[in-house]
Amino acid sequence: MAVNSFREDEQQAQVSKWKTLTRLYRYLLAYKSRIAVVLLIMLATISINMINPLIVEQAVNVHIANRDMKGLLLLGLAAVVLNLIMVAGVKARMIMMAKLSNQVLLTIREELYVHIQKLSFSFFDSRPTGKILARIIGDVNSLKDMLSDSVTTLIPDFLTVIGVITIMMAKNVKLALAALLTLPFMAAGMFVIQRVSHKAWQVYRKKSSNISAFVHEEMSGMRIVQSFRAEQESRDNFDVLLKEHRQSWNKSVRCADLFGSLIELTWGAGGFLLYYIGIKVIGVGEIGIGTFMAFSTYLAMFWSPIRNLANFYNKIVTNLAGAERIFDILDTEPEIRDKSGVGELPDIQGSVEFDRVSFAYSDEPETKVLKDVSFQIRPGETIALVGPTGAGKTTIVNLISRFYNVTEGHIRVDGYDLGDVSIRSLRRQMGVMTQDNFLFSGTVKDNIRYGRLDATDEEIVAAAKAVNAHGFIMQLEKGYDTELSERGQSLSVGQRQLLAFARTMVSNPRILILDEATSSIDTHTEILVQKGIQALLKGRTSFVIAHRLSTIKNADRIFVINHGRIEEAGSHEELLAAKGQYYELYQAQFRSLTSA
Amino acid sequence: MRGDKVVIKEKKEVLEKKQKIPRQNRVMTYVLRYWYLYLLALVSMVIAIVLDVLAPAITRSIIDDVIVAGRVEILMRLLLGLAGIGLGRAIFGYIKEFTVDVAACKIGCDIRGNLFRHIQKLSMGYFDKNNSGELLARVKDDVDKIWNATGFVGMLIAECTIHTVLVLTCMFSVSPLLTLVPLAVMPVVAWTGIRLEQKLGSVYEDISEENAQLNTVAQENLAGVRTVKAFAREEYEIQKFKKHNKKYYDLNMKQARTLAKYHPNISFYTKVLLVAVIIFGGIMVMKDMITIGQLGQFTEYANNIIWPMEMIGWLSSDFAAAVASNKKIQKILLEEPEIKNPELPVSMEEVKGEVEFSHVDLKLQSQDVLKDISFHVKPGGTLGIMGMTGAGKTSVINLLERFYDASGGCVKVDGVDVRRMDLETLRRNIAVVMQDVFLFSDTINENISIGRRGQLEAQAIRQAAGSACADGFIGSLSEQYDTVIGERGVGLSGGQKQRISIARALAKKTPVLVLDDSTSALDMETEFEIQKKLKELENTTKLIIAHRISAVRHADEIIVLDHGSIAERGTHETLMEKKGLYYATYCAQYDAMQYETELKGGMEAWL
Repeated sequence: MAVNSFREDEQQAQVSKWKTLTRLYRYLLAYKSRIAVVLLIMLATISINMINPLIVEQAVNVHIANRDMKGLLLLGLAAVVLNLIMVAGVKARMIMMAKLSNQVLLTIREELYVHIQKLSFSFFDSRPTGKILARIIGDVNSLKDMLSDSVTTLIPDFLTVIGVITIMMAKNVKLALAALLTLPFMAAGMFVIQRVSHKAWQVYRKKSSNISAFVHEEMSGMRIVQSFRAEQESRDNFDVLLKEHRQSWNKSVRCADLFGSLIELTWGAGGFLLYYIGIKVIGVGEIGIGTFMAFSTYLAMFWSPIRNLANFYNKIVTNLAGAERIFDILDTEPEIRDKSGVGELPDIQGSVEFDRVSFAYSDEPETKVLKDVSFQIRPGETIALVGPTGAGKTTIVNLISRFYNVTEGHIRVDGYDLGDVSIRSLRRQMGVMTQDNFLFSGTVKDNIRYGRLDATDEEIVAAAKAVNAHGFIMQLEKGYDTELSERGQSLSVGQRQLLAFARTMVSNPRILILDEATSSIDTHTEILVQKGIQALLKGRTSFVIAHRLSTIKNADRIFVINHGRIEEAGSHEELLAAKGQYYELYQAQFRSLTSA
Repeated sequence: MRGDKVVIKEKKEVLEKKQKIPRQNRVMTYVLRYWYLYLLALVSMVIAIVLDVLAPAITRSIIDDVIVAGRVEILMRLLLGLAGIGLGRAIFGYIKEFTVDVAACKIGCDIRGNLFRHIQKLSMGYFDKNNSGELLARVKDDVDKIWNATGFVGMLIAECTIHTVLVLTCMFSVSPLLTLVPLAVMPVVAWTGIRLEQKLGSVYEDISEENAQLNTVAQENLAGVRTVKAFAREEYEIQKFKKHNKKYYDLNMKQARTLAKYHPNISFYTKVLLVAVIIFGGIMVMKDMITIGQLGQFTEYANNIIWPMEMIGWLSSDFAAAVASNKKIQKILLEEPEIKNPELPVSMEEVKGEVEFSHVDLKLQSQDVLKDISFHVKPGGTLGIMGMTGAGKTSVINLLERFYDASGGCVKVDGVDVRRMDLETLRRNIAVVMQDVFLFSDTINENISIGRRGQLEAQAIRQAAGSACADGFIGSLSEQYDTVIGERGVGLSGGQKQRISIARALAKKTPVLVLDDSTSALDMETEFEIQKKLKELENTTKLIIAHRISAVRHADEIIVLDHGSIAERGTHETLMEKKGLYYATYCAQYDAMQYETELKGGMEAWL
C-alpha cells in the first residue's frame, strides 16, 4: 500500500474549479429564503447609506444656505433616526448571515465526518491522522469568509456594477465603452493570476497539512523522540516543513498580491482612456460637460465594488483549495459497505464457514494473502490460529468481521453470506480484540461501556471481574471513575489490554476474536482471564491468535497457517502426534530454554 | 462515554496568578525582528496613501481646467499623472502587501518553531495530561491567528491610523474648532472598539478551546478507527462529534452576536459624526465663523474618516482572536519541564553501563508505584524483570531514563546519580525497546536511525535489522528500507513492528539496552533467534522485562515485582528451587509434567 508520510504532499484528483464552486454553493442555496431576507435587509441599509449624502447636500444647499437653524436640527434628527434604523438592519443582517455561513460549515463538517466514518481501513492506513484532521478542521474553517462574502459582497457589488454600467450606457454609450475598455484586460489578467495562484494555494494547503501530520505524530511519539534524543532531528525535520510551508506561502502571495496591483493599474489606465477618448476622440462638445462630470462620479462608484469583487475573487481562489480537499474525501468511495437492500443478521448461534476463500489487498491484486481457504466451525468451538508472522492469521479474522471483502469465495455465519447482511448487524454480534487496543479519553467505566452502551454498572463490574481487571481498577485513584489520559497511556500496556478485554466482554459477543489479545499480560493473570472468560463464553465461538502455547493449547482445534493456507488442523494432541509444523513450533518453545 | 455525559473535560482556565511573559516570547519581539520589512511596508503604504490623496485633485483639474476651462494642452500631462498614480499605487501597494505577507509568515513560522521546541522539552507528565489533538490545534490554528494579526490586520490598523491622522490634519487646517467634533466622537468609537475586543476576547478563548476539543474528538476517532469499527460504534462517534460541532457553532454564533452588538454601533457613531459636523458646521457658517465652501471641504474629509473608523470593529475582532490564541500559546510556553537538566552535570567521558537502583521509591499521583527497589547490574550484565500486569516494571525503565524522578532513593548509572547527569548523555547511552511500539510514518531507514539520522551507515542499519530478525521481511517490502510505513506502523503486523523497534534500539549500540516486553508478539522461533543475537552483545548491559520465562532465563539476576516491590530475586536456578512466583509462572508456561515427558521425546529426536 502506498503510504503517504508527513514529508510528501497528498495526491488529489483534479476537479474543475467551476464544479467545486457550484457544489459548494449548493450548500448555501439550501437557505434560499434566508438569503433573500438578508439581501432585502441589505437593500434597505444600502439605500439609507445612499440617502446620507443627499441629506448632507440638502443641509448644505438648503438649510445652511438659508440659515434655517430649526430645519437643520430637524434634518439632523431625521438623519439620526434613519441611521438608527440602519444600525438595526445591519445587526439583523450580520446575525442572519453568520447563522447562514456557520450553519453551512456545520453541515459540511458533519457530512465530512459522517462520510469518514464509512471509509475503509485503507483510507486511514495510507495517510497520517494529522492530515485527515487538517481537512476536518482547518479546511472547513477556511471556507467561512468565502461563504458569507458570497452573499454580502458578491451579490450587492455585482448588482452595483451592473447598475452603474447601465446608467453609464444610458447616458453615453461611446463614453461608457471608453471607460470600460480596460475591463477585459483586467479580466484576462485576473484569469492568468488566478491560474497560477490557485495551483500555488493548492500546494500551500498541502504543506500546511504536512505540518499538521508532523506535529500530531511528534506529539504522540514524544517519548520515543526524547528517549532516543532525537529532538534535534525532529526540529530539523520541522524546520524543513516550516520552510516549505513558508516558501509555498510566499509563492502564493507573490502571485495573489498582484490582484490589487492589477486593479490599480486598470483604474489608472481606465481613467486615462476615459478622458483621452472623451476629450480627444469624441470631443467634449458631443458629450457635454455635465455628463463628463457625472461620469467621473460614476467611475468612482464603479471602482469600489470592482475592488471588492476582485478581492472576493481572490478569496475564492485562495480558499477553493480547501473546498477541493473536502470534496476529495467526500468523493472517496468506501470499499466496504452494505449492498442496497441488505437484511439484518438475526441473533446467531456462531457457526462460521469459509468456502474457498481467497484474498488479496485491492492495491496488490497479484499477491494473494489467502489462497483457497475452506473450513467449517461449529457454534461454541474455540479455534486457535498459529503460524509465522505474515502468514495470514490476522487476515482470516479480519475477513470474518468484514473489515475487508473476500476476493473470491464466500464466508458464511450461521449460513448467511457476509455480503448479504448489514455490517452493523454483523459486528454487533462479534467481539474483536486486536493487537491495537485503543482506549478513549474518559473514565474507566466509560471505556468498558463502549462495548455496549446500555450496559449497567453491575455488568461493567462483572465484565471487569471476569477478565481480572477489577483488582487494578479498584486501586486506581477513583476506581471506575478514574479519567484515563490519551490512549490510556497512564496505564501499563497489560492493564490497557485487560480493560479492552473487559470492553469486549461487556459487548456480549456471539463470536469472539482475540488477536494476540493477551500478549502483554503476565501468565498468571492470563490464566485467570482465561478462566474468567470461559465462564462467560460458554457456548460461544472464538478465534484466538497467540504465540504462547499456554494460550493455544486448550483450543478445540488449532489451525497452523502458513503461506496463506491452512497447513495443519487438529487438537493439540493430534498435531503433536502428527509431528509436523506445530510439533516444530512446540519444540522451539523449549529449545530456547534448554540451549545455554 | 455515554452520549449525555461527554467526558472531555471542560477545561475552564483557572485564573492563575499572572505570570510575566518573558521578553523573548512576546509577539512584539518577533515583530521587531523584522522591523526592516515592516518599515519598507510602512513607507510603501505612506506613498500609496499620498498618491491616493492626490488622485481626486487630478480628476478635478481635468474637469475644471480641461473640460470646463478648455485648457486642452495640459490634458496629456494630467492623464499621464493619472496613469502614473495608478502605476505607483500598483507598485507600492504590491510592495506593501507582499512584504507584510512575507513578514507575517516569517513571524508565524518563528512562533510555531519556538512553540514546537518548547513542547519538545516538556516532560512526560505534561503529555499524560494533554491530548495530542489539542496540542496540534495550538501549534496550528492558534499560531495562524497571530500570523493574521501580524499580517494584514496589523497593516490595516496602521493604514487606518495613518489615514485618520492625515485627515485630521487636513480638518484642523480647515477649522480647528470644528475638528473638535470628530475628536469628540473618536474616543467613543475607540472605547466601543476596546469593549468589543474585550467581549470578543473571552468568546475567542472559548472558541480556541472548543477548536482544540473538536480536534481532540476527531483525532481520537481517527486514531481509534479500528476499535470504532470493531464495535460498530460509528453512529455513537458521529453523535459525539455532532455535539462538539454544535458547540463550536454556538460559540461562533456568540461571536457573531457580540460583533453584531457592537460593530454596527461604530458605523452609527460615524454617521452621527457626519450629522454633527453638518449641524455644528452649519451653525458656524450661520455665525460666519467659516465659509460654506470650507464646510463642504470639511464634510468631504469627514466622509473620508468614516471607513477607517468602521474598520476598527473588524480589526478589533481579528485582534481579539489573536490575543486569545496568544494567551493559549503563552500558557504552554510558561509550562516548565518537570525534568530539567542539572546546571552543573557530572561530566562523563564514556558510560560503561553499570546500573544501580538503591532503595528507590516512586509515587505518581499520590499512588505508590515502586517501593524500595534495589538492584545492581554490572557493566555487560543482564537483569531480568518479571511481574504481574501493573506491578511497576515499566516504571523502573522510566526512572532509569529519567522520564520521572524517584521520590525516594536514587538511580545511578556508572555510579552517578542520574539526576546529576546530563540528560543528553544519559539517554544517549540507553536504548529502550518500548512495550508500546511507536513508529513514525516515515521510511524504515529513518525509523531505525532515529536519534542518529544521517550518521548511521546503511550497513549498520542492515546489521541491526538483521540482529532483530527484521531483515527478511523488510527485504520483501516493495521498497525495502525505503518503504514508508503508516502512522504508528499501521500495515505492519505486531511482530514486524516489534522487530523494527528492536532494530531501532540495537542500531544505537549503546552501553545499556532495555527491552520492555519487546518480543511478546513474536513467534517462538524468531524470539529465540533474537535472543541468540542479544547474547552476543557481551559488553552491553541488558535490562529485560518479559512475561516469558524464556526471555529472562539466562539473566545474571531476575527480580520478580509484585505491587511495586521486589517479591523474589535470584537466578533462574535459585528461583526454581524457591518454588515461588517465578516457579509458578514457569509451570504455567511449560506445564512441568508435559515438559518432562515430551521434551525427552523431542530431545531424543534431535539427538
